[in-house]
Amino acid sequence: MGLNEKPLSTLHEKASYELADFAVPTGREEEWRFTPLSRLKGLHDGTAAASGAVNVTVDAAPEVTVETVGRDDQRLGKAYVPADRVSAQAYTAFEKATVLTVPREAVASRPTTITLTGSGDGVAYGHILVKLEAMAEAVVVLDHRGSAVYADNVEFVVGDGATLKVVSLQDWADDAVHVSHHHAQLGKDATFRSFVVTLGGDLVRLSPSVSYTAPGGDADLTGLYFVDAGQHLEHRLLVDHSQPNCRSNVVYKGALQGEDAHAVWIGDVIIRVEAEGTDTYELNRNLLLTDGARADSVPNLEILTGEVAGAGHASASGRLDDEHIFYLQARGIPFDEARRLVIRGFFGQLIEKIEVEELRDRVMSKVEAGLAG
Amino acid sequence: MSTLEIRDLQVAVEDKQILRGVNLTVKAGETHAIMGPNGSGKSTLAYAVAGHPKYTITGGQVLLDGVDILELSVDERARAGLFLAMQYPVEVPGVSVSNFLRSAVTAARGEAPKLREFAKDLKAGMDALSIDASFAQRNLNEGFSGGEKKRHEILQMELLKPKIAVLDETDSGLDVDALRVVSEGVNRFRASGETGVLLITHYTRILRYVKPDFVHVFAGGRIVEEGGPELADKLEAEGYEAYTKASA
Ligand SMILES: Nc1ncnc2c1ncn2[C@@H]1O[C@H](COP(=O)(O)OP(=O)(O)OP(=O)(O)O)[C@@H](O)[C@H]1O
Ligand SMILES: [Mg+2]
Repeated sequence: MGLNEKPLSTLHEKASYELADFAVPTGREEEWRFTPLSRLKGLHDGTAAASGAVNVTVDAAPEVTVETVGRDDQRLGKAYVPADRVSAQAYTAFEKATVLTVPREAVASRPTTITLTGSGDGVAYGHILVKLEAMAEAVVVLDHRGSAVYADNVEFVVGDGATLKVVSLQDWADDAVHVSHHHAQLGKDATFRSFVVTLGGDLVRLSPSVSYTAPGGDADLTGLYFVDAGQHLEHRLLVDHSQPNCRSNVVYKGALQGEDAHAVWIGDVIIRVEAEGTDTYELNRNLLLTDGARADSVPNLEILTGEVAGAGHASASGRLDDEHIFYLQARGIPFDEARRLVIRGFFGQLIEKIEVEELRDRVMSKVEAGLAG
Repeated sequence: MSTLEIRDLQVAVEDKQILRGVNLTVKAGETHAIMGPNGSGKSTLAYAVAGHPKYTITGGQVLLDGVDILELSVDERARAGLFLAMQYPVEVPGVSVSNFLRSAVTAARGEAPKLREFAKDLKAGMDALSIDASFAQRNLNEGFSGGEKKRHEILQMELLKPKIAVLDETDSGLDVDALRVVSEGVNRFRASGETGVLLITHYTRILRYVKPDFVHVFAGGRIVEEGGPELADKLEAEGYEAYTKASA
């Protein structure tokens, strides 16, 4: 369990809507020790005053209801209670929330895209709720672009038998700061597919979590990140198995290049006493393309029941293999292309799992451009 | 007509001198066999000619049609017409055989082959080597058996059509059927008479299928004896002992 003295199951117990319940982090806390607080632009210590720098637009499928609501809307904060200081800050400070609802048994005929555009150097706080009623199906895209200092909470409520597929693309400008919690709450036999792509931003700290309210939930969390010189891209996953016979699969892969490119991946999975028959696997792999890049990868699996169907984790960080490159070059393939082939191979079928074709192409070309640069 | 000319080649690995002055000329239409004991430096010769970064050239030249290829990058050497079938082909996860071959053929020809034509060539090449079509979708060498890897090396050679091919123990680890299939591939490749083959091997077994014009005995990082096909028979009968003692 590394530096974690306390079991995971207690580590995440702290949750509150009140900012005052969380001390200002110092950087010594387990949950903050990887994050360069000085680059958070005050999101963590209450000094970042909102100036509304993020514009939210929604292009929805006809079956999906879109609302912009105030803080007092009773549906908000039901699935997720903030679990750290910045999350509580965002919850305390957001003015308008975006609520998407997919009615019972409705099947969205096309993806619904929420575009969040940062308009320059200002601070914004946000809240999004995506609610799928029983047996509903939808694909939702969160597309983050532009420049901003932004903290938000996103709730995905996936009803009984419903299927939600989410693509969250962090394609920010170089100077953006984004701290975000994505929480998915799965009902009975619900299916959740999350695909996270983090490419841009000076500092991005994204914490996707999953909880289950009934048996049969099935969550796939896939992530891909490309870290360039000076960037800090952090993903902190938490899957809390508290119900029997649920499944989770976490696969995150990242490539890093350049001086002080820093990736952090924390993968926490808890299988509680009552979660018999759980099947879970988590994997993180990092490809270090140059010197000066650093990846911290910490999988934590805490099993409190004797009856699991499967539980495993793996984490590996390594360099491009010279022997692979040599083999391809020995067949006439130029170095740059050999490198591209191997890196594309590293990400493998991951990119093909992105639900929306345009996004697939966009991510692919971003990654390729990153490699060329 | 192409010529590969290795002149007084000296190569070190991690400050350890392995090749101590290798002289060898392979012309189009010729097949040369290099035979020698384990650790004598045969693979070092093959890798150094191909340009593997682990090997440091400490002296000599390697000319392909008069051009010193030691000045070229690994891929430039390959595009100049040099091919190395490796003793231990590496597994490359995530890169499919067909994708890889298309990239390699594109690089060799300087333009992408027409998709349909490429698919046809690939299928014909795989059939000829008794490689199942499903391999095209598999990751390069990943989980291939020893024999399957060797067949794929020959498949690559036939598709890329190099001027000079160096085959590093392509015969080892093959059962009799596979040896025959692979040998037929090599024979198809040299049938035109416009290509040269440098066959590195321990055993005379493959030489019954692929008849060499010249046999070179390799020991202690250099060629210690040369002759015709009859030399292979002598090695088969007497082993390398005489040479290893002499070079030690
Ligand atoms: N990376 C290395 N570091 C140190 N010595 C090496 C390295 N690579 C090769 N050698 C040495 O170089 C010598 C020649 O090796 P090489 O692989 O060329 O032999 P070979 O004739 O191909 O042997 P085999 O018949 O077993 O394939 C051996 O003594 C080997 O141990
Ligand atoms: Mg060898």
